[in-house]
Amino acid sequence: MAAVAATPRRIGFSRRLSRWDVKVSPYLYISPFFISFAVFGVVPVVFNVVVAMHSWHRRLGQGEFVGLDNFRWVLEQPAFWTSLQNTFSIFVLSMVPQLVLALFIAAILDQNLRTKTFWRMSVLVPFAIMPAASALIFSQIFGQFGLVTPLLHDLGLFEDVNSPFFADRLLSHVAIATMVTFRWTGYNALILLAAMQSVPRELYEAATIDGSGRVRQFFSVTLPSIRATMIFVVLTMTIGGLQIFDEPRMYDGTGTGGPNDQWLTTVLYLFDLGFGEWPDRLGQAAAVAWLFALVIVVFTLVNFLLTRRIATSGPARSRVPASVTRRLVAEARAAVAAADAEKAAARASGGPPASDGRDRAPAGTGGTGR
Amino acid sequence: MSTALIENISGKGAKRYAQKRAAKGRPVNLRTQDHNPANRRPGWFTYAALSVVVAVSVFPLYYTMLLGSSTRLEIAQSAVPRWVPGPQLVQNLASILSHHQIDFWRSFANSVLVAVVVSASTVFFSTLAGFSFAKLEFRGRRPLYVFIIATMAIPMQLGTVPMFIMMDEFGWIDSLAALIVPSLVGAFGVFWMTQYLSEALPYELIEAARVDGASMFRTFWSVAVPAARPAAATLALFTFVGSWNSFFWPAVVLRSQMTMPLVVPQLRGAFTADHAMVMTGVLAVALPLLVVFAVAGKQLVSGVMAGAVKG
Repeated sequence: MAAVAATPRRIGFSRRLSRWDVKVSPYLYISPFFISFAVFGVVPVVFNVVVAMHSWHRRLGQGEFVGLDNFRWVLEQPAFWTSLQNTFSIFVLSMVPQLVLALFIAAILDQNLRTKTFWRMSVLVPFAIMPAASALIFSQIFGQFGLVTPLLHDLGLFEDVNSPFFADRLLSHVAIATMVTFRWTGYNALILLAAMQSVPRELYEAATIDGSGRVRQFFSVTLPSIRATMIFVVLTMTIGGLQIFDEPRMYDGTGTGGPNDQWLTTVLYLFDLGFGEWPDRLGQAAAVAWLFALVIVVFTLVNFLLTRRIATSGPARSRVPASVTRRLVAEARAAVAAADAEKAAARASGGPPASDGRDRAPAGTGGTGR
Repeated sequence: MSTALIENISGKGAKRYAQKRAAKGRPVNLRTQDHNPANRRPGWFTYAALSVVVAVSVFPLYYTMLLGSSTRLEIAQSAVPRWVPGPQLVQNLASILSHHQIDFWRSFANSVLVAVVVSASTVFFSTLAGFSFAKLEFRGRRPLYVFIIATMAIPMQLGTVPMFIMMDEFGWIDSLAALIVPSLVGAFGVFWMTQYLSEALPYELIEAARVDGASMFRTFWSVAVPAARPAAATLALFTFVGSWNSFFWPAVVLRSQMTMPLVVPQLRGAFTADHAMVMTGVLAVALPLLVVFAVAGKQLVSGVMAGAVKG
């Protein structure tokens, strides 16, 4: 360093280098993302417009320009509409139980449990099973030699030897929705649990003073307080749930959504069109991608608005300002502490002081301080 | 607790309620900590309900083990051929692992390679970008960051077909490069590391390093990287799991090469109606991630919960 300091020119150079370092480094550090996004994000999305307007095949490459014909073709396919219906049906059948169960599990976990980590981890076990593998396990469970079909036979609910969970459209959706619910309920429960833990505990205290029980507290305190997280969970569920592919693909041996497209979802349809054994129609698949992206965006938006409505409109918000509630709670605490202290004093004059009375007094003072 | 006090602080309705409770012999007690869920010592119902949840979570895996320890004939005779896994499981596993049609070890190696490279690079580039967004001053910082977050909303399927054509142009069809290169860095990772570093890394440390004459990269390496370690570990874990499980994109670009999820459909082809072998194969495929979960499950839990607060 001393040698460098001796020569003024070198100082100038190193300073310039340092200034350059400060100026350029921030951009340099964020550039990997933008390069990657440009090549594998922007280019494909723009290129998709081109592909969707051409006849294009995996084996033959680019064909002639066809304008909007691919879109027209897709919209005329009954399979496309069936796939949309199936996707929504599976989505609704999985989202509702998932949300209810996740809320229930989160509420149960939000207590002073013994071996907390054990319970939290075991709730997350389904998330650690590869979706393709868990899909195959469930298709076995719902299959002809599985657990459910023989049970239905024994109960006399079903006559045929084959499993109704493959032949019947709605039942196949139920089976696939079960896989999704199985995988994601615990995961979402932990997200909701984290939100529940950040609800200010004074609110529960205030609710108890107002005489509400645990169930009422859940609906009037917990649910409105975790609104933001609920919206987050529903949105991720929507985006992920609509793109469902692994489960319907693995549900039977052929992976094409059933002989009558019973469980053909839109992404599976896209896959079959473009990359399946047959028909090798990349242009049409690109058109499906556009249409479906549009559907996802619209549906996510609708879901966002709906969730916000429901989550906000629930029980009316208290008209008493939070500061007043806090003061009331503090007063109540102080009163309790005072009563305790009195009791303790009374006991102290007669016998040994009650220890819990002493413990609470500082809490009371702390409460008044706020 | 006197009902008068309750009326004083919560009004007439609360007083009526308190009186009713008192009449039933269960007076409202403001001192109890029961109303605070965090302090509530749960009763048997809670543990019973949790046990049911755990049983349901584990059951499919256990059932898979049961079927895997059976023979084809036993399964045809009964849906639940046994209640405890048996020695047949080891035998079945051995024949899966050495089966010529499945090529388990090659797929395993491919999956490990892809997942390790992708998560290492995601963590590195995300930390770098996170450091820049969280702690460095530059023009356009805010809008660029918002832009990155906005890109997360783009449905991935929109790019599938053109991406396939691009991979074909690059000559990457049936090559692991098609899985690795597009996933080297992602918006979520950048977002995650930025959020963490803006809280966890004090400016004083950066300034101290700069005063000592450290270059920008040196500062990043010796100050930001150590501070980012906990979030980086979580990000690595989630990226690893995501890459390991991904099924759609590998199914599009791979032909003869396999990753672990692509082995699953192979099983059905290899053992047409032999449910015992198919289920053993499923178990073998699911096992590596379960081992990861056994080791790092605690971290996965805290990662999921941290994501909720930040997201």
